[in-house]
Amino acid sequence: MTQDFLQQLPSERSESGITDFKPAYSQKQALAEANRCLYCYDAPCIQACPTDIDIPEFIYRIATENTKGAARTILDSNILGLSCASVCPVESLCVGKCVYNHMDIKPIEIGRLQRYATEFAYDNNIQFYQKGPDTGKKIALIGGGPASLACAAELAIIGHNPVILERHALPGGLNTTGVAPYKLRAENSLREVAYIQEIGVEIKTGINVGDDVSFADLESEYDAIFIGAGLGPDSFLNIPGEDLEGAFGALDVIETLKLKTFPAELYPKAIIVGGGNTALDAVRELGKLGIPEVTMVYRRTEAEMSGYKHELAWARQEGARFQFLTQPIEILGENGKVTGLKCIQMELSEPDHSGRRSPQAVPGSEFVIETNLVAFATGQGKLIDLFKQVDGLELDWGKVIVNDQGQTGNPKYFAGGDCVNGGKEVVNAAAEGKKAAKGIDAYLKGGN
Amino acid sequence: MADLRSNLAGIKSPNPFWLASAPPTNTGDQIMRAFDAGWGGAVWKTLGEPIVNVSSRYGGMDYAGKRLSGFNNIELITDRPLDINFKEMKEVTRRYPNHAVISSLMVETKEEWKEIIERSMDAGANGLELNFGCPHGMCERGMGSAVGQNPDVIQEITSWAVEYSKVPVIIKLTPNISEIVPPGLAAQAGGAHAVSLINTIKSVIAVDIDNFVPLPNVGGKSSNGGYCGPAVKPIAMRMVGDLARQVDFNIPISGIGGVSNWRDAVEFILMGATNVQVCTAVMHHGFRIVEDMIEGLSNYMDEKGFQTIDQMVGLASRNFVEWGELNLNHKVVAEINPDKCIECQVCYVACWDTAHQCIHIPEDSRVPYVDHDHCVGCNLCSLVCPVPECITMIEVDQGKPEMNWKQYQASKA
Repeated sequence: MTQDFLQQLPSERSESGITDFKPAYSQKQALAEANRCLYCYDAPCIQACPTDIDIPEFIYRIATENTKGAARTILDSNILGLSCASVCPVESLCVGKCVYNHMDIKPIEIGRLQRYATEFAYDNNIQFYQKGPDTGKKIALIGGGPASLACAAELAIIGHNPVILERHALPGGLNTTGVAPYKLRAENSLREVAYIQEIGVEIKTGINVGDDVSFADLESEYDAIFIGAGLGPDSFLNIPGEDLEGAFGALDVIETLKLKTFPAELYPKAIIVGGGNTALDAVRELGKLGIPEVTMVYRRTEAEMSGYKHELAWARQEGARFQFLTQPIEILGENGKVTGLKCIQMELSEPDHSGRRSPQAVPGSEFVIETNLVAFATGQGKLIDLFKQVDGLELDWGKVIVNDQGQTGNPKYFAGGDCVNGGKEVVNAAAEGKKAAKGIDAYLKGGN
Repeated sequence: MADLRSNLAGIKSPNPFWLASAPPTNTGDQIMRAFDAGWGGAVWKTLGEPIVNVSSRYGGMDYAGKRLSGFNNIELITDRPLDINFKEMKEVTRRYPNHAVISSLMVETKEEWKEIIERSMDAGANGLELNFGCPHGMCERGMGSAVGQNPDVIQEITSWAVEYSKVPVIIKLTPNISEIVPPGLAAQAGGAHAVSLINTIKSVIAVDIDNFVPLPNVGGKSSNGGYCGPAVKPIAMRMVGDLARQVDFNIPISGIGGVSNWRDAVEFILMGATNVQVCTAVMHHGFRIVEDMIEGLSNYMDEKGFQTIDQMVGLASRNFVEWGELNLNHKVVAEINPDKCIECQVCYVACWDTAHQCIHIPEDSRVPYVDHDHCVGCNLCSLVCPVPECITMIEVDQGKPEMNWKQYQASKA
């Protein structure tokens, strides 16, 4: 019996009150936009897509009102086409490469057209895929996020029997628990999960591999294993006061507001620490939940931020504050609750190993920012302890090393997604998961 | 300021923009509002024995999201009593003495022609337009295009009208024939003062692919209609040009067929029309479009140094020749401006798949280039290129004298 995870999603969730940043197109809007597409040959937008979606072809199909064919074109390349349509940083990928940019004409809104086509398929219950003739092979997939979902879907279509093992109660990975709700809400992530379940993918939740089931058990029960475990929990800075009420990991805050209710009214002022996309997401989300004063604190300058420029611009438009060259050194509190963040001014010196100029504290420049909430978006830990349990798995700074088939140092193990790439986009995870599925299939057929 | 006044075979109007005989000219009220908006003339919705219309009546052809690139109708001539039509016409001609009011007519017998022409003149019509073009409904009853397809009948009925009329007679020609010249010459031989063309093209505009009924749908059935709108302009201009360049054709032409703006009007005039008639664009956007037509034409004439419309008439039709007179030694090749190219490669795939395989992509760039040795100068790449002036056709001196097909054939003999 296939589990219906959508049924398990709480109805009261903070994210439900946050509106779409890029609302769905009506048919009229989609046709108008699709008809603007130049239908480039060997299109640059395709080259910018990690999953090689034939973008001009699907847009052409929307324009001829073959919307079903548009959805098929997308999902053939990327089974996570629904979520990628909404969560992809298209400005930095396909849309950024649209040739209209060369003409100073607004580029085609590829993400919104992709959403239009894929939602059409979902809304009309159009399932394009079915399980292939049973090969009798079982594959365990550790983690129920985008990499495993893409890998499992491909395996099922071939005819293998994939089983996803997810530690959370709900599958979908960061699509369910971590993506900004103004891009994608948990229910749409779970719709996508259900679509993939239909193809013949089994999902078991609440299972911590390594604790609830050992790798040895997995190796004896399954013919191959895919690791799509993502990254570990939020990193903290190990400064005093991190145990106060009001100090959080940013992903925990996001997960709470997506799957439960987050009591934004308790925090009239909030600080997000970090300069990446999780930090920017958290800044925008807390603002949209109604927190009047949200400040991002980052130890380098705007130029060194790893977060996308377009996200920064939107956050600014929405009224967020930015405190650059600022390093938190202590969270201050009263009665066990956060009241402020003590920081020190930084200045940039020589470039470090990442090529970015490294920040140095300016002696005697300490100051305090009043706040009721501090959330750390300073990166996620790696799952080194977990991976150490697998013989032959090779790691690079905690990231699993794979070959071009997605295969690890242990030939029975394959991997993809954040645990391999260190934390990229859903679309990268989808591409890596699909690639690993082909590698697994070759492995199971005795190719390697 | 250019003088936009128009004179078609003695019918004067403040500008060359007339409303064609069609739904926009169904009533006196509409025509007076059109005149107030700026239209120079109006050809009344065709008068005759009132008919009964069907519902629905119109069909549209959209292209790439643009509504009504083509349009068709299965509406017939006026369905209002002649008494009311002529009463209204009298009022319009009295109130708008400087505008052209043309009475469009379609009846069967000589007696009927005589009567309706006299009633038109009584109502003050400045001219008559004999509808020999309607390709639906009326032709099944021996009128409209059934007349326009038979030069002998055209000539005979024209001569009746000219005999009874004291105002200029325009013959409206149908495009539903293989050659437009014989009907045009027949009208001239019958004594017509001008011709107008084209009437609508016999057509099926679209098919409802869910219900398997052609459109427009009349209770689950349809019938052929008359096609018009922007998409028919090339056909209309060819026919206007064919007549304009005919040496023994000497009466003026009122150009009709897809005229939507001042630029279309200029093209028709350059191809030999003295004025133009408009319908579909007005049915799409209302009478107000004439304001831009007047201003755009005036600006164009000022820019080009034309003082009057007459100076423009036929300037392009004199360069409209038989294919056999074209210079075979003239050569152009395509040139792609790499600074303007946006790298869409639409020109590449068009040339490679469907033209002459002479556009290539270098290994180190997305900007295509043209192999001039193999380019035949077909224009396709420059037509598909989305960037203005990115692909231009440049002339290549062949070092050969001008030679057309006839001369080429002679040289081979």
